Amino acid sequence: MPKLTVDGIEVEVPPGSNVLQACEAAGFEIPRFCYHERLSVAGNCRMCLVEIEKAPPKPFASCAYPAAEGMVVHTDSAMVRNARRGVMEFLLINHPLDCPICDQGGECDLQDQAMGYGMDHSRYAENKRAVKDKNLGPLVKTVMTRCIHCTRCIRFATEIAGVPELGATARGENMEVGTYVEKALSSELSGNLIDICPVGALTSKPYAFTARPWELRKTDSIDVLDAVGAAIRIDARGAEVLRILPRVNEDVNEEWLGDKSRFAVDGLKRRRLDRPWVKRDGRLAAASWAEAFAAIAARLAGLAGERIGAVAGDLADAESLIALKDLMAALGSANLDCRQDGARLDASRRDFYTFNTGIAGIEEADALLIIGSNPRREAPVLNARIRKRWNGGHFPIAAIGPEADLTYPVSWLGEGPQALVGLQDGSHDFAAILRAAKRPMLILGQGALARPDGQAVLAACWRLAAGLGMLTEDWHGFNVLHTAAARVGALDLGFLPGPGGKGLAQMLDGGVDLLWLLGADEFDISRIGAETFVVYQGHHGDAGAARADVILPGAAYTEKSGTWVNTEGRAQRGFAATQPPGEAREDWRILRAFSDVVGRTLPYGDLAAVRSRLEAAHPVFGRTGVLPRFACTDHSGPPGDPAVLSEAPFVPAVANYYQTDPISRASATMADCAATFVHPVPAAPVPAAAE
Amino acid sequence: MQTALSAQPDSFAFDAESEAAIAPILAKYPPGRQASAVLPLLDLAQRQMKRATGSAWVPRAAMDAVAARLAMPPIRVYEVATFYLMFNTRKVGTWHLQVCTTTPCWLRGSDEVTAACRRVTGITGWGETSADGLFTMTEVECVGGCVNAPIIQVNDDCYEDLDAESTVALLEALKRGAPPPMGSMKGRQGSAPEGGPTTLTTIAE
Repeated sequence: MPKLTVDGIEVEVPPGSNVLQACEAAGFEIPRFCYHERLSVAGNCRMCLVEIEKAPPKPFASCAYPAAEGMVVHTDSAMVRNARRGVMEFLLINHPLDCPICDQGGECDLQDQAMGYGMDHSRYAENKRAVKDKNLGPLVKTVMTRCIHCTRCIRFATEIAGVPELGATARGENMEVGTYVEKALSSELSGNLIDICPVGALTSKPYAFTARPWELRKTDSIDVLDAVGAAIRIDARGAEVLRILPRVNEDVNEEWLGDKSRFAVDGLKRRRLDRPWVKRDGRLAAASWAEAFAAIAARLAGLAGERIGAVAGDLADAESLIALKDLMAALGSANLDCRQDGARLDASRRDFYTFNTGIAGIEEADALLIIGSNPRREAPVLNARIRKRWNGGHFPIAAIGPEADLTYPVSWLGEGPQALVGLQDGSHDFAAILRAAKRPMLILGQGALARPDGQAVLAACWRLAAGLGMLTEDWHGFNVLHTAAARVGALDLGFLPGPGGKGLAQMLDGGVDLLWLLGADEFDISRIGAETFVVYQGHHGDAGAARADVILPGAAYTEKSGTWVNTEGRAQRGFAATQPPGEAREDWRILRAFSDVVGRTLPYGDLAAVRSRLEAAHPVFGRTGVLPRFACTDHSGPPGDPAVLSEAPFVPAVANYYQTDPISRASATMADCAATFVHPVPAAPVPAAAE
Repeated sequence: MQTALSAQPDSFAFDAESEAAIAPILAKYPPGRQASAVLPLLDLAQRQMKRATGSAWVPRAAMDAVAARLAMPPIRVYEVATFYLMFNTRKVGTWHLQVCTTTPCWLRGSDEVTAACRRVTGITGWGETSADGLFTMTEVECVGGCVNAPIIQVNDDCYEDLDAESTVALLEALKRGAPPPMGSMKGRQGSAPEGGPTTLTTIAE
């Protein structure tokens, strides 16, 4: 642990730290452009210069200089200030003075640091360098004359995103950052380039010229468009959500965010359900809340509990899930299901359906087996964590399923469950690698579970985990990777068929007379029986609403304070950034109001009371944000007959990353992305919406 | 500068002569470090293009072929190929006139040499190719022969001690397809003084 003195303050930093980190530890902010904590050190912007005593009398780039014992560093001497001013002057030689029309204005590192080190005029009268803008696809807008060649984007694409497509071509005055051959950046994490670009060279294309950062109201929330539960900040102006940015959460998303989660915001404004609708004479007609409730109550009258069913969608918050579950219980129904994809999940023990290693825990693993999942599409931020671990070296990865580019090398063991057998009996080489590993882990995707033999696959994977030393007293290497943000919360709350209750498959084809869809659009709606009365409670006019007899307009995730449990089993709270549009309301309030109409009033009147009810239902809702590290001593696995394992190859759960839910299907930006990246363009199920 | 992509061929494959040279180059680097061979392989590609088409350049397809051979992302090869001026990323003439205009050559009359080149080839600007496709003129920084300045490097060979007259003679010879022997155009030996040695004229007893 080297000890240094920075401007008279003694600090001790971990071995391997650089001088910049030491200065930060001492509480001094060092200006920088190219240095980024999560990227390799380039040392080319020269802004972080400091003076070091008893070293050659010159300024040192602190980001690229290792901290050493006894070093005396000055961060604000005359030499340092002059040197930084010189660097800033050089950077501004070719940087255009277009801050008034630059989207980075107000949140620009160069603008901020020019306030500290820039001159009030330029000594250069020559023409500025002009650089052609690049087309990086529908998400990232480029204004390359603003580029200061920090190479952060190149390093991000190469190291974190794993798509080495950006580079610096030519040299000197002619150097340009780009792809050389024009192409859209094929990464699900490309939006992060906008965040890491310290100037306005890379900005958001959909958000271009929309707002200034100081006009925005910022609300902390949780992303629900995949099951990772990335921390986000919702930037809104008035009633409109304008953009979504990631927040730092080291345990989940570090500081990254997937493109769908970031750019699907325009979907929040389109195809919204903003008032109740009731079907009259075969056509949906606008109605009041009272009329909508009355229509449902009329259909419910005299209906036995077993003829009523409820299906929870993939974006539902835990508050509305518990309210719907309680309502169904009050109506005497045990017909509940949250597994729209038909995944054969086993909720009898929590570690049968969560990502027990933890996302941060991936970094401690030393071998990985991926089964029936494409984490790059199902959870890009989690995939970045796997890649980060792989970058660290000595991390053999194998996968079972159709071959795909996961951004790290993978040995493909087979396409279907039969490969599991080879691992189980040790006939496959990778079994030996897993057995030799100290902390091996497996990731089981929904693609392996949402099939007729899903239960057997689950059981086989658990046996594999137990047999290959993945379950120990201080390590839990069995992981289920979900794709739906609501899924783990719903399983925790037992949103599954109760005793004698029907699952989704039995509720279809006329299995129930009244079906309550809580934002459920992801199953085959056409299989709902013709005579079934469908109540659709949700926020978008998607597949479910098109079939509904009554539509109850709910709130999207940016419009309600809700709790979601991510794939790790981490309960997290999001906060409302805007109001729901029109007459739409928070979902649990709708259910509470309806329960009043049918005389089965739910026993909670405010959010605090709902949350106490949640906590009573499962203790995980009492400790939001945190996640204990799991271990496994009880090796007894879920039931499942290995004999029924079929030979059908696994089909990963997400074929089109950009359009997986009602919000992203309503987004024009995501439609653009799908047209650009998903070839051939799949015929997205866009039913005629009730607008 | 040279990023404009002109008339790119659709494909590129190393021929037998190049293939024979690749194996010993790759053998120099430990396994997993083949990317170190990117410079020699680009050079081989450029020479193969010279053999095959008469123009020494590295088309994009060739960069992709190098990338595939060395298992590196294509952009990493593009970066290298565009960084080094010795690789031509667009088509050049049969004779690539690399005229040095750095200070020593300039002091010794590179302006005169440049003007002569323009007059004979009809080229008006740097980086352009003559109408007959014979010549491309490129302005280069020091090619390392200042003692015999001014210099033109034609393809791989340096012609030194040029003036307007000898430049014209050189270019006319090139037009005829008969390049003179490389080296000083004044006939001096290596970089020895003009007119023969002035010191150490006799061998000490």
